Amino acid sequence: MKKAAVFAAFVFVAAFLLFAAGRLHPFGEPSAPAMDDYFLAHSQAETGANNVVTAIVFDYRGFDTLGEATVLFAAILGVVAVFRGPREDER
Amino acid sequence: MRGEMSVIVRTIARITYALILVFGFYVILHGHLTPGGGFQGGAVVASGFALLPVAFGAAAAKRYLNPSLMRHLEEVGSLAFLALGFLGIGISFFYNVLANSGSLFGAAVPFGPNSGILNSAGTLPFMNWAVGLKVMTGLMTIVLVLLIGAGKEGKD
Amino acid sequence: MGNFPFVVAMLLVILGLYTLLFKRNLIKLVIGASLIETGVNLFLVALGYRTAGIAPIYTYAPPALADRMVLPTPQALTLTSIVIGLATTALLLSFAVVIHRHYGTLDVREVKELKG
Repeated sequence: MKKAAVFAAFVFVAAFLLFAAGRLHPFGEPSAPAMDDYFLAHSQAETGANNVVTAIVFDYRGFDTLGEATVLFAAILGVVAVFRGPREDER
Repeated sequence: MRGEMSVIVRTIARITYALILVFGFYVILHGHLTPGGGFQGGAVVASGFALLPVAFGAAAAKRYLNPSLMRHLEEVGSLAFLALGFLGIGISFFYNVLANSGSLFGAAVPFGPNSGILNSAGTLPFMNWAVGLKVMTGLMTIVLVLLIGAGKEGKD
Repeated sequence: MGNFPFVVAMLLVILGLYTLLFKRNLIKLVIGASLIETGVNLFLVALGYRTAGIAPIYTYAPPALADRMVLPTPQALTLTSIVIGLATTALLLSFAVVIHRHYGTLDVREVKELKG
């Protein structure tokens, strides 16, 4: 009974995802590219970087990258903390 | 995972180790000109480091790669990235103060396709190096700690 | 079938969702989470594609195509997403190692029964 309910919910979500993917804008024609066109036109003049993706990652959206670096740091700290405890006892 | 692999694997690892490291550092250095950047180059260098435990065993790799040193270098990379973000705090957070200033990495770039000027992009190359250091040491910390944890379980 | 890449990305997400819901092995659950992350990354990159566009990099770009570049922002966000996914996968795998060491099994039902 419970498994059937889970399966029904799964089928509903899957059908919703496929339906939404089928009704999106056509592949190859982005719907609102104004911001990206600004980045493509001005990144060389404003940041001096030929690689527009790097210009966005480290300059226009640097705060985003800072949060992402924090997540990586927290994950590494978590892995180290998980494996630390028993090892100290054995020494 | 404790033992080392066959002589073929060890020889190939000795040869390709330096090549992988050079390619990773190239990807980090040219992050503002060619495909790549700090994250990708750091991942390439970390995969080169990960070749050591695979080919020579965890015990031999632990002699050359110190997990706690790796973790401290990762913190240094984080702090360097944060400090570079604070460089332009007078105008806004993460403002690119060095771009087009004429100083180090401050050359102006003409619009349109060009052959790439390495001495450009202001603070972006420094941020690439900071994030590259952070990612390569961080991934290596994960690999080494997981290796040590799994090896310890096998000994019990 | 103009939206075929979006449908493929969503199929990856659905596969990961199926794995998360109906598998009982912790390693398989981690694989499912990783599949969902891959599908989302593929979806993000496919959102920003322009027909016959080139990579948004000006170094040695073909001058005839330089005014038709792929959108760069989804690629930057995908880069962020890949690193976060890698960090979470490492954390989940280390939890799986600890659970196996503590309980001697990777089956989530047995772990639930052995609680306490």
